[in-house]
Amino acid sequence: MTDQLETAQHPERLKRVVIEPLTRVEGHGKVTLLLDDANHIKQARLHIVEFRGFEKFVQGRPYWELPVLVQRLCGICPVSHHLVAAKATDMLVGATQITPAAEKIRRLMHYGQTLQSHALHFFHLCSPDLLFGFDDEVRHRNIIGVIEDHPEIAKQGVLLRKYGQEVIRVTAGKRVHGTGAIPGGVNKSISTDERDYLLKDIDQIIAWSQGSVELIKRIFSDQFDYHMAFATIDSNMMSMIRNDGAFEIYHGGLRAKDPNGQTIFDHVDCNTYEQYLREGVKSWSYMKFPFIHSLGSENGWYRVGPLARVNNCDFFTTPLAEQARKAFRDAGQGRPVQASLAYHWARLIELLHCAEAIKDLLFDDDLLSDDLLVKGDMQARGIGVLEAPRGTLIHDYRINADGLVEKANLIVSTTNNNQAMNESIRQVANHYLDGKQLTEPLLNQIEVAIRAYDPCLSCATHALGKMPLEVQLLNSEGELVDRLQKRADGAIGIPADRENSG
Amino acid sequence: MTDESRTKPILVFAYGNPSRGDDALGPAMYELIEEQQQKAGLFTDVALLTDFQLQIEHATDLQQRQQVIFIDASLTASPPYEFHPVLPEQDLSYTTHAMSPGAVLYVYQQINRQPPPPAYMLSIRGYAFRLGEPISRRARAHLQAAFEFLMRGQVLNPE
Repeated sequence: MTDQLETAQHPERLKRVVIEPLTRVEGHGKVTLLLDDANHIKQARLHIVEFRGFEKFVQGRPYWELPVLVQRLCGICPVSHHLVAAKATDMLVGATQITPAAEKIRRLMHYGQTLQSHALHFFHLCSPDLLFGFDDEVRHRNIIGVIEDHPEIAKQGVLLRKYGQEVIRVTAGKRVHGTGAIPGGVNKSISTDERDYLLKDIDQIIAWSQGSVELIKRIFSDQFDYHMAFATIDSNMMSMIRNDGAFEIYHGGLRAKDPNGQTIFDHVDCNTYEQYLREGVKSWSYMKFPFIHSLGSENGWYRVGPLARVNNCDFFTTPLAEQARKAFRDAGQGRPVQASLAYHWARLIELLHCAEAIKDLLFDDDLLSDDLLVKGDMQARGIGVLEAPRGTLIHDYRINADGLVEKANLIVSTTNNNQAMNESIRQVANHYLDGKQLTEPLLNQIEVAIRAYDPCLSCATHALGKMPLEVQLLNSEGELVDRLQKRADGAIGIPADRENSG
Repeated sequence: MTDESRTKPILVFAYGNPSRGDDALGPAMYELIEEQQQKAGLFTDVALLTDFQLQIEHATDLQQRQQVIFIDASLTASPPYEFHPVLPEQDLSYTTHAMSPGAVLYVYQQINRQPPPPAYMLSIRGYAFRLGEPISRRARAHLQAAFEFLMRGQVLNPE
């Protein structure tokens, strides 16, 4: 854990390469590399257009709107925001313990969301890198390539994703902008028809999920040393945990371990997160840098998400996922698995667990109960924490006597991973780019490292025609020396305006 | 559990984030068409879907359709809107977690081993996409123009 390469000694004397925006990650991101005349990396930074505006967006709004309103913060993980806001509003309405039916329906929704999110990430965004290699031809390196070369895998990805969306539709009431979770519980139970509809395909979903775990294990094993080394950093890891140490993504305490797997804190009440976590700022980034308070900003940064969750938990409650976890654990040879690419492996173990957990829940008659809502004494502050697909997600609201939000603090998963993503690109820059001529496959390696975290860099603005990839080379005076563009069709070339200008 | 919208021959897929300024043009058009269905009894052959953005699983929503209309905000369309056919394409745009209509059609074609239904794109010109902002005045005028185009044309009222 070091700030090496975060800040160069004399940046004004260095060339600058900008990779903007990042591809196949949500929203806008930019990587800047400062090179000396011999193309040695002297500084590497990941810049992210931060989610600022979230808090302002909810200020002044009535608390009961929050579970619906916050879905609009992010078109990628709206259900995570929906559920965590519902948990925070539970606290606001004094619902210290929601009913078993409400909790299980919310869990079902959360498993569906996690399943579809992980399916999309692996089958659409990352399998091209893993199946074809990082230096595959750019035109081939995406989901279309997967469909052509591995049609069954691609089809399974589509149908896994679709199944997760159906779980969300049944539990949230609608495919998007659902209203299922409300302060103090949920507003609908599951009908027997709906349950049977979801049960119909669940065995197939489990089988495909199990197949995906076998696939990633095989991919990982084929070049084990390479995958274990690429973008690998030693980090602390933080995640939610159940009381007995089981894997948990909906409700539990917080556990943090150091790079050797030693406990930093355990079973921490999520409502006290402020005592354990701090958010640092850096002058060059809009996004904050959270860290574990007791370790300080230098050594206290951590990773969240599938890698942290699978490393941190003592066991899975479902048999196939637990079997997969043991194989994963063995890869660490006594230490937590620190390979950034192991995020993909961990993500698919979670996918399998979610499929198994969905099946278990579908056989639970509490889902059919009409005992859905509880209320208590209103509180001025509500905190919700859960494990979103990308990692720990925190919503913290304070309301006034009229029930309007006065203050909000949101720490989203990608923010928790901010420092870790920076560290990973530095590792890649140091090991794979230093001293070499920059080429698209080499630059893609940086993106591969970032994609491992599945960052959600912004929210769902997606108007057509906005997303080319441009690499800029600037001299020490800040003048543009050269640039390279990855066009919308994937072709690499010189920007048209430069061609026109001769 | 039946889903009536699955059997309708025309699919209108209007997408965008309702809370991001002009990105709400798609969902706003969804509401306008839905209002016509509910209050005026129009567009009875039209199934309406919305989402924040297009994704791979939306290829499954195209099954058994005779025609598909995608509706979205666009920063590059000529005002007030553009309407043109969409063909399956190996759209290799690295567009984050979102897909283009052509790429969704291509996924449909590949997983079903048959051509997708005829599809069109209605791109409504937008200008500002900030979180928490309403649809801009100019974009709202374009929305109205695009809606009138749908109302008077044959797109949603095939013979």
